[in-house]
Amino acid sequence: MTTSSLTYPDRIDGPDGARGDESYLGGRHGLRSWLLTLDHKRIGVMYLISTLTAFLLGGVFAVLIRTELLTPQRTIMSADSYNTVFTLHGAIMIFLFIIPSVPAAFGNFVLPIMLGAKDVAFPRLNLTSYYFYVFGALFALFAIALGGVDTGWTFYTPYSTAFGGQVIPMVFGVVILGFSSIFTGINFIVTIHKLRPPGMTWFRMPLFLWALYATSIIQVLATPVLGITLLLLIAERVLGVGIFDPQFGGDPVLFQHFFWFYSHPAVYIMILPAMGIMSELVSVFSRKHIFGYKFIAYSSIAIAVIGFFVWGHHMFTSGQSSVANAIFSALTFAVAIPSAIKVFNWLATMYKGSIVLHTPMCYALSFLTLFAIGGMTGLFLGTLNVDIHLHDTYFVVAHFHYVMMGGVVMVFLGGLHYWWPKMFGRMYSETWGRIACLILFVGFNTTFFPQFVMGSQGMPRRYFNYVAQYKPYHELSTIGSYIMAVGFVIIAVYLLHSLFRGRRAPANPWGGGTMEWQCASPPPPENFDQPPPAGDPYDFTDLVYDPQIEGYRRADTPDHQPAGRPA
Amino acid sequence: MSESQSQQSRDDRVHAEHLAHHFATPTQQRESGKLGMWLFLATEVLLFGGLFCAYAVFRANHPEIFVYAHRYLDKTLGGVNTIILICSSLTMAWGVHAAQRGQQRRLVAMLALTLVFACGFLGIKYVEYEHKWKHGLLWGKRFQPTGLHEQSPDQSAEVHSLAAEPADARPSVAMSEGRSAIPPPAPGPAGLADADEQTEYPPGRPPNVHIFFGVYFLMTGLHGLHVIGGMIAIAWILVLSTRGRFSGAYFTPVDLVGLYWHLVDMIWIYLFPLLYLIH
Repeated sequence: MTTSSLTYPDRIDGPDGARGDESYLGGRHGLRSWLLTLDHKRIGVMYLISTLTAFLLGGVFAVLIRTELLTPQRTIMSADSYNTVFTLHGAIMIFLFIIPSVPAAFGNFVLPIMLGAKDVAFPRLNLTSYYFYVFGALFALFAIALGGVDTGWTFYTPYSTAFGGQVIPMVFGVVILGFSSIFTGINFIVTIHKLRPPGMTWFRMPLFLWALYATSIIQVLATPVLGITLLLLIAERVLGVGIFDPQFGGDPVLFQHFFWFYSHPAVYIMILPAMGIMSELVSVFSRKHIFGYKFIAYSSIAIAVIGFFVWGHHMFTSGQSSVANAIFSALTFAVAIPSAIKVFNWLATMYKGSIVLHTPMCYALSFLTLFAIGGMTGLFLGTLNVDIHLHDTYFVVAHFHYVMMGGVVMVFLGGLHYWWPKMFGRMYSETWGRIACLILFVGFNTTFFPQFVMGSQGMPRRYFNYVAQYKPYHELSTIGSYIMAVGFVIIAVYLLHSLFRGRRAPANPWGGGTMEWQCASPPPPENFDQPPPAGDPYDFTDLVYDPQIEGYRRADTPDHQPAGRPA
Repeated sequence: MSESQSQQSRDDRVHAEHLAHHFATPTQQRESGKLGMWLFLATEVLLFGGLFCAYAVFRANHPEIFVYAHRYLDKTLGGVNTIILICSSLTMAWGVHAAQRGQQRRLVAMLALTLVFACGFLGIKYVEYEHKWKHGLLWGKRFQPTGLHEQSPDQSAEVHSLAAEPADARPSVAMSEGRSAIPPPAPGPAGLADADEQTEYPPGRPPNVHIFFGVYFLMTGLHGLHVIGGMIAIAWILVLSTRGRFSGAYFTPVDLVGLYWHLVDMIWIYLFPLLYLIH
């Protein structure tokens, strides 16, 4: 008999889980019911749609950048427009897509269910957080509509205090987005502390939750510093306070310190949730218990802590003292260690596992390769004498795209494909999934590997023209970006298609051991009446594949019964 | 039913009313609320932390500016404001205590008193700001000190000394208060530091005095905005208390607003000596 304790008194059972109208997607209809929802699943879906829209907008700017750089001189836009385009690409991708993406879209959806809970600790704060995201985005769009900003996404002074275009609405939008991030972080920390089910100690939590916890700590502690920094920037512009202006005794480099004090931990906000997803994917698709659970858990916290002390590695050439440079460089080396520990643990998990190359696993494997490259090149940049040559070149651009795109975006897609059946109750075409992953992998490397090479040869970043020696690299890079665009279009097409025509998903298509696979796909509004018993989330021994439901079930349930049915 | 049994069932009803569906017990709900508020307070500390950091950087590099310019702040008014805020924290805590004991009238009175104190704080801040505005003792590019004869001779002479060339300043005031234990600043990178700062403190106004006022207005301004925000929250709680919303079984919102208010008080307790009591 099944050991789960789910009760759905009026549920109509199909052979593969609850039908749409009993799930969180059905029920209350209409725009108002979504816009005023307190259901973390609906909020997660709204975040998913919003962040993917932002990704599309940022991606359009990316293609514009690459098209402009196809020729050494002007191709499709003026130099001033180019400055605006790369600024908006960066700002949109960072603040509107990558920072919120995994925590807000997947974290919101999955975290309470992984705890067997009915919702996050503060559902109204959750909705507020989403609305702050929307208002922040509207301010940013308003700034774009009025002509945009051309300071670079880093808003360095003194250019941003004296010129820079529509700095105030853009930066104010970012401040509002920062509060969205803070509220999400507070919600997740409290949920993980207080809403764990009986029997789920800290070390029996899924590793995705450890990752979200570490991310939330960073969000709570670092984002306010960005808030005050940008408010000071606005004060400088509007009131002439003089804090960053040398004419009034201020210091423009002070802005850089304040800015990077947030923005470096921000990159760990980006990567930690992705690493959390990696732990889930690698374990499930190797059908093997995660290797080194405690090391992975502690390394998330270590990254969060050490990550606060390395901001100066963005400022090696800014005139700070050699002592400061040396300390920041040493700490930068130190912060690489916990990341490497995770990579080795994932590899050890795969070793002698039964690897299944479903689409999410293809993305996980892409991450391993691309993040390894991105991470190691970060060490080159953290080395003082090398950074003198590489700072502000395309080498830096390639490094962060390898970790942010080759890392975070690949695993974002992996998570999207992993949780898609759970979120929407549909399976997509595995064939097209794998094809698109391959296209993205090839396109990504074609775009960004040449950038390492030309960066090391001196091609500066944010430059509108360049000398002829870099032309072949830029051409290759631009072609790669078009290939990636094709890959993304393919993904959009088959995923949207699956919403209407996809096979209905069983509760547990992949054989996952975490709690979200014990409720129907898609889940009912309250997730569980009682939390399922807390076991080892990486124990796959009694999950068997049942061809009748094309999914997995607990070995002790009767044949042909979907997982999650009451006894 | 016995007295305690009926109290218990009243408590249960209150609990049921106020227990959100995703919490298993009122204790879980209450503890979650408190943890959430403490985390929010941490974010506020980090927010102000940026400004405290700016203060530290500018004061470490230009101590003579802080020593010189802080004299234009009125220690008495600042001290009174400090007492006012501490009293408001007392009344707030008393209010939470009253809520915990179900003493609605006392809760309402304490919340109202807290608001009165907060208004007093803002009133004194208005007086201080108005004085600075009138004398042009503002930030950055708006720093244009002017004399004012209606003020007491001490004040006008001192404001004059800000406006006039350094030699006009009353040497006894400047010298006795200007001599501080803080060592001279390190020479700044060329182009950012004034040549004067590498020698003894000038007898009169140091260059870039407006930096102090910039820091002053930013820090007290942000704090003032938080006082206003706190007042709004207290007013909301006050309205709810008059409607009998809180009792011994459910007073978490009062508790949480109290925590926030104590933080606002704490921040001022740091601001006051850092800005007003520089030696």
